[in-house]
Amino acid sequence: MAIPARRRAADITAFVFATLATALGLIFLFWILWMTLRQGAAALRPSLFMQMTPPPGASGGILNALYGSAMMILVAVVIGTPIGVAAGTYLAEHGRHTRVAKVASFINDILLSAPSIVIGLFVYELVVRSAGHFSGYAGALALGIILLPIIVRTTEESLRLIPDTLREAGFALGLPRWRVTRQIIYKAAMSAILTGILLGVARIAGETAPLLFTALNNQFWSADLNAPLANLPVVIFQYAMSPYDEWHSLAWAGAFVLTAFVLILNILVRLLARKGRK
Amino acid sequence: MNDTATALRIRPMDAADLATTSTTGPGAIAMRDLNFYYGKAHALKNVNMTVPTHAVTAIIGPSGCGKSTLLRTINRIYELYPEQYATGEIVIDGRNVLERRYPLSDLRRLVGMVFQKPTPFPSSIRSNVAFALSYYEKLSKSELNDRIEDALRQAALWDEVKDKLNQSALGLSGGQQQRLCIARTIAVKPEILLLDEATSALDPISTAKVEELIHELRERFTIVTVTHNMQQAARISQRTAFFHLGELIEFGKTSDIFTNPHEQRTRDYITGRYG
Repeated sequence: MAIPARRRAADITAFVFATLATALGLIFLFWILWMTLRQGAAALRPSLFMQMTPPPGASGGILNALYGSAMMILVAVVIGTPIGVAAGTYLAEHGRHTRVAKVASFINDILLSAPSIVIGLFVYELVVRSAGHFSGYAGALALGIILLPIIVRTTEESLRLIPDTLREAGFALGLPRWRVTRQIIYKAAMSAILTGILLGVARIAGETAPLLFTALNNQFWSADLNAPLANLPVVIFQYAMSPYDEWHSLAWAGAFVLTAFVLILNILVRLLARKGRK
Repeated sequence: MNDTATALRIRPMDAADLATTSTTGPGAIAMRDLNFYYGKAHALKNVNMTVPTHAVTAIIGPSGCGKSTLLRTINRIYELYPEQYATGEIVIDGRNVLERRYPLSDLRRLVGMVFQKPTPFPSSIRSNVAFALSYYEKLSKSELNDRIEDALRQAALWDEVKDKLNQSALGLSGGQQQRLCIARTIAVKPEILLLDEATSALDPISTAKVEELIHELRERFTIVTVTHNMQQAARISQRTAFFHLGELIEFGKTSDIFTNPHEQRTRDYITGRYG
């Protein structure tokens, strides 16, 4: 069957633009990966993961920063996940059709788009000033506050995607709402909720601004969350701004590790989502 | 019987059916001045009928006539949604179940429901049956296993799943899933079974199996089934109620409704003049 020339032209135009746009996005991703890899190549050795951040002129690694970041993300997840999942559950299950839930959902959206530096300042005022010193806990709290609305939103959306017929089937058996939610709805939404948590982790892994006010940084090995704590984003920031070549390549290597981590997390999310669809 | 009856292959109510059927025994459902509203929409209008025990009652009628609404009123599943409410009485075992203080979990244990599309829970076959059972009863592990087996046998599913009870219920075929839903519903020993077009999403072979199952379950439960399929209503039910625009037009023995309806609207519907 002949397709009118005008339609075919429109089709080709749309195809070309869509392809170009996709290519543009991919180019930047690989460009970033390539540049961090090339610039950080000098520092990408096993010692990167085994030594501490060095003073100027010496060689070293980013072990303390990796550890600090990992610990703060872990604590942030421990803070953000239970509250976030519980709040998302309220919005999608218990509170649906209520005014309170609508207002809460709207406020959550505002929190979701709050600039992270504002959250950093907030925790600085709340924790750092009253404690009198920077600390890993303050950093973790700031990251947790950024993570929270992401988990609330993704949990709410994941639960809303579960058809009401499944809820009705549970209620028709006489099960109370919390049992329906826990035994049936959570199971059905599990991979979507996990996906949301992982995406949230990817988001906070690279946050720098809130950590500058809270965890600060620590050049030495410290496992004490109640003291200033080394972390990857701030190390990258400080070392990249420094005049020393060794520090530059460490910053690039750190940037590569961070980008690769986020990329791997996203691939994991994809795999999870695919498993969830089955 | 006339030609319509022969064409529909009606199974006339036999003496046994009449002997066990009762409109007062446990599991009979007496509706009095029942009205139902979706917000402002008046979906059921002054329905008065008594569904007898140990029989299959089919609810037929064109789309939007209130068939499914009637079922959803009996177990108060509509209460999940604001703006939906019922007035009047539904009396089961001497109590009006529409009263607010009638506990929902009691009602839903008494009245099981199976939906149009199979709704297996995303967990193992065993858990699907066990969830409600272990909510209502404190059972030892072996008692629980016995009850699960018993329910699956009653639902004619045991032989097909006995070797894979721990596998996901989502891996079963549509017909098996629907029988699993029936199994988990009857596992808690209700008196009444509500079937909301329970076979309309199934293939003919699965449909035949479920119909056969309904025929067997009739001896132990009061079954109310909504169906679009009039041959099916004629095949499986002993009583039929015809609804139109939210009103109960005619209610009686299935053989009477299909062969000798009193109302012109019933006659028009079953002869396919509208719907």
